[in-house]
Amino acid sequence: MSEKLLYTKEHEWVLVKGSVVRVGISDYAQNELGDIVFVDLPSVGDVVEEGEGFAVLESVKAVSDVYAPVSGRIVAVNEALEDSPELINESPLDKGWIAEIELDDAAQVGDLMNEQEYAEYLKGV
Amino acid sequence: MRYIPITEDERREMLTSLGLEKIDDLFQDIPQEAIFQGELDVPGPLSEAELIRHFRELAAKNQDATKLVSFLGAGVYDHLTPSIIKHIIGRGEFLTAYTPYQPEITQGVLQSIFEYQTMICELTAMDAANASMYDGASALAEACLMACAATRRELVILPATLHPEWQEVVRLYLENQDVAMVYLPQDPQTGTVDLSRLDEVPWAEAACVVVQQPNFFGLLEPVAELEKRVHENGGLLVMAVDPISLSLLKPPGELNADIVVGDGQSLGQAMGFGGPAFGFFATTDKLIRRMPGRVVGETVDAEGKRAFVLTLQTREQHIRREKATSNICSNQALNALAATIYLSVLGKQGFRDVGYQCLQKTHYLKQRLLEIPGLKAAFSAPSFREFALRGAVDWAEINRRLLDHGFLGGLPLARFGQPELALFSVTEARTKAEMDAFVSTLRGLIS
Amino acid sequence: MTVRANVPLIFERSTPGRRGYRLPELDVPETPLEELIPQEYLRSEPPQLPEVSEPEVVRHYTQLSRLNHGVDVGFYPLGSCTMKYNPRVHEDLVSLPGLSAIHPYQPEETVQGALELIYNLGEHLAAIAGLAKTSLQPAAGAHGELSGLMVIKAYHNHRGEGHRNEMIVPDSAHGTNPASCAMVGYKVVEVPSDERGGVDVEALRKLVGPNTAGLMLTNPNTLGLFDENICEIAEIVHAAGGLLYYDGANANAILGIVRPGDTGFDVVHFNLHKTFSTPHGGGGPGAGPIVVSKELAPFLPGPVVEKEGDRFRLVMPEHSIGRVRSFYGNFLVYAKAYAYILSHGPEGLREVSETAVLNANYMMNKLKDVFELPYDRICMHEFVLSGSGLKKHGVRTLDLAKRLSDYGYHAPTVYFPLIVDEAIMIEPTETEAKSTLDQFIEVMRQIAKEAEEQPEMLTSAPHNTPVKRVDEARAARHPVLRWRKA
Repeated sequence: MSEKLLYTKEHEWVLVKGSVVRVGISDYAQNELGDIVFVDLPSVGDVVEEGEGFAVLESVKAVSDVYAPVSGRIVAVNEALEDSPELINESPLDKGWIAEIELDDAAQVGDLMNEQEYAEYLKGV
Repeated sequence: MRYIPITEDERREMLTSLGLEKIDDLFQDIPQEAIFQGELDVPGPLSEAELIRHFRELAAKNQDATKLVSFLGAGVYDHLTPSIIKHIIGRGEFLTAYTPYQPEITQGVLQSIFEYQTMICELTAMDAANASMYDGASALAEACLMACAATRRELVILPATLHPEWQEVVRLYLENQDVAMVYLPQDPQTGTVDLSRLDEVPWAEAACVVVQQPNFFGLLEPVAELEKRVHENGGLLVMAVDPISLSLLKPPGELNADIVVGDGQSLGQAMGFGGPAFGFFATTDKLIRRMPGRVVGETVDAEGKRAFVLTLQTREQHIRREKATSNICSNQALNALAATIYLSVLGKQGFRDVGYQCLQKTHYLKQRLLEIPGLKAAFSAPSFREFALRGAVDWAEINRRLLDHGFLGGLPLARFGQPELALFSVTEARTKAEMDAFVSTLRGLIS
Repeated sequence: MTVRANVPLIFERSTPGRRGYRLPELDVPETPLEELIPQEYLRSEPPQLPEVSEPEVVRHYTQLSRLNHGVDVGFYPLGSCTMKYNPRVHEDLVSLPGLSAIHPYQPEETVQGALELIYNLGEHLAAIAGLAKTSLQPAAGAHGELSGLMVIKAYHNHRGEGHRNEMIVPDSAHGTNPASCAMVGYKVVEVPSDERGGVDVEALRKLVGPNTAGLMLTNPNTLGLFDENICEIAEIVHAAGGLLYYDGANANAILGIVRPGDTGFDVVHFNLHKTFSTPHGGGGPGAGPIVVSKELAPFLPGPVVEKEGDRFRLVMPEHSIGRVRSFYGNFLVYAKAYAYILSHGPEGLREVSETAVLNANYMMNKLKDVFELPYDRICMHEFVLSGSGLKKHGVRTLDLAKRLSDYGYHAPTVYFPLIVDEAIMIEPTETEAKSTLDQFIEVMRQIAKEAEEQPEMLTSAPHNTPVKRVDEARAARHPVLRWRKA
């Protein structure tokens, strides 16, 4: 099964693995937020709607929602973030992943940007 | 004006640098109809000497505890206060600092708060404490709201034995957020929560049960029974405690309390007509991120040296705004510092001595007063620093006459709907001679 | 302020058996502890408090105090906090036993002086606010907001308009405003600022409606600007059936110049620890009394003091919301504000605000060529610069704030208000000499130059403070909130 990495305008990345997507925030986003000190993770089994906040990232002096890039059900969360929220800063695209969502409808991911498009998008931010 | 250093010449020079002619030009953005045309209706100016005279006159119209022997308690107590407290908290570096937002130049306040938090944890046997709240009553109200947020429930069980003013404050806070309240009735015999009527309240719906220990009447509540009930049903145990009693009593942490609050007036604070003292607030590790108020944490500086800083700030209003755990901003930091100094200088043994003497002296006065015909103990449960007596007398009138003899008598509970009761408090500051004289005077007035 | 050695914690100074304070000998016959309190109620281990002597305690806290900046130590231009000089005579006044050693439940006839003070202060604050009646119960500004909003809610409920559940709050407001709304169950409706920094009146017109409970406004606002449209704003909100709440955090600009009540406000809170110079004690205690119109007076928290002939009495207002805390508020705090008002008198209070505004404008004018000034108009008692121009040197406002410590100043308020990028909010107050203002201006200009020429001086600042830059992320990631024995 092929994997593809996509981005949202909210600076989240989505790694599509069949009917399950893994979600995190982009390097740009982690840099803007600064040192992440706490991650409020969703619970496995939670149902999320596209565009809805499903996790909360806290830096020392800011709180940011992470918006669900797709609708579906949470099937895994990155529990390592509970003790080491800094993983998001150190490895945003890999060890700093936040959750995995099982898609309601595989078609949804079509609207997202690929890496090249996201790089273009960042130039305009 | 004596606190304004700018001279008339400087004023002119500064206006000129702004291209303005007169002071009024600074207010040109204010619409004319908004400008106040008259002179404020306030007296003054008074010179320092006149001000002192005026305050002395006001103070002289009050009768204070340096001239009267007081047996009043009910939330504010006449304890001994070591002299060094006022000298240290009077230092300008503490007194005239704002909240420690810039940690590099406010380590003094930050470290003292860290010490304070540690002491509150030691007294209560809880994991974490915040940097202080306004007072015990508002701290309890916030604890109830926190329990609601933590359990996602909207009902709180309150004991009828809770201080009546605290009940009012809690009611006000909870009503404004549409949280329901039910009361556990008082056992008329013991004076504590009526354990035979626990089934009358909806435990399964309750965010928390509140217990005040000792309760308003100075009596020790059967916390274990309430703890069992509330935890079996998924709610939290919120305890409101008297800090001096924690020198002797089992700490709330050992009773599995989830949130502990209290009023710190008895820890080295002036009575001050009821304020300022402070509220303390402690909880478990699990609930730290739901705690209201400021918190200081330990960290290191750029060179790896130990340092302290305000932390977990994302809970607070300046960041989370309407989603904050509370709206509290200013707290009672200087009072918390006074308590920290108090607990330091009293120390492990001295603090225990205070509690022990309060207990012994309270017991002594109670036994002596019970010798007076017509007076009975109102309740049977064991008590700590306060006790209620029952007597078919006009307590307010008795108190007026006691004043002539230099005594502030016990608090008549008529104001709280119990006309036959009066609540007496005894601290370590009372002497046997004072108590004996009080007993004989009261005996004379009653018979 | 260059003490570099760590001060140990008081617990680390502890030596078993050492004592600092002795009680008089127990002079009543002793009863065994277990006979007074059943065993199951007793603690097995005493709390582990430090065991130190009195001289050690004094030295410990004196050392700690020397690590701390206060108004007494140096300039403290912390915007929105009004860090003015705190007269020392006030500390003497509230130490009089006739004020400090009285119990809140004493019979009223034994506390007539205290009640007179409360009554007088309430009257004076009402005169300054241009409103009718005061409650001194709220313990701080945010507590005043909470109390004032509860009064507004009770008023609407009383009139059968309990459905009004929306409170309009500007985007420039203090965080306490929306947080206080949440505490009374109000929905926060945010109104944007216009290009002059005031409330966008046209946007406001569209936001008000049948559910409007009121509007909270700080005036001058958090940008230090007086809202020129205040009278129109008041009309719009009142016409919709809402009430106007005045956040008095910035009242130091308007004493004797504008009475909020005259401009349509129905509820005012004052921060006595700001405007009326009660010392802030490292975070409190403050006092946040509220003053309200005649219509709202029956709903005030109580008890309040009424004068009957030459007697003063504690009474609950007719439809009082109840008590927002125990007793009568932070009495020994607000007694200092009473002294402050008496010391100044009407002309003195006006001079306070005139000078505070003059000082702020003077500084703003001398700094606006080196720092961006987003709203270039006459300011009131404070002004907001932007440090965004520093970014091109790899420097942020935070670095500037830290660098100021090296020069012996407390930093201004930074990153607030939120609507200004890299905000630097400076409030000099009226109690600073012109020479202090000039020196600070010089240092700010110097730091701007450093940012250009040697940015690492800023990014690694501070350099000569008791500790170097503190790692806030570490504190938040792995909270250590208490000391434990190693």
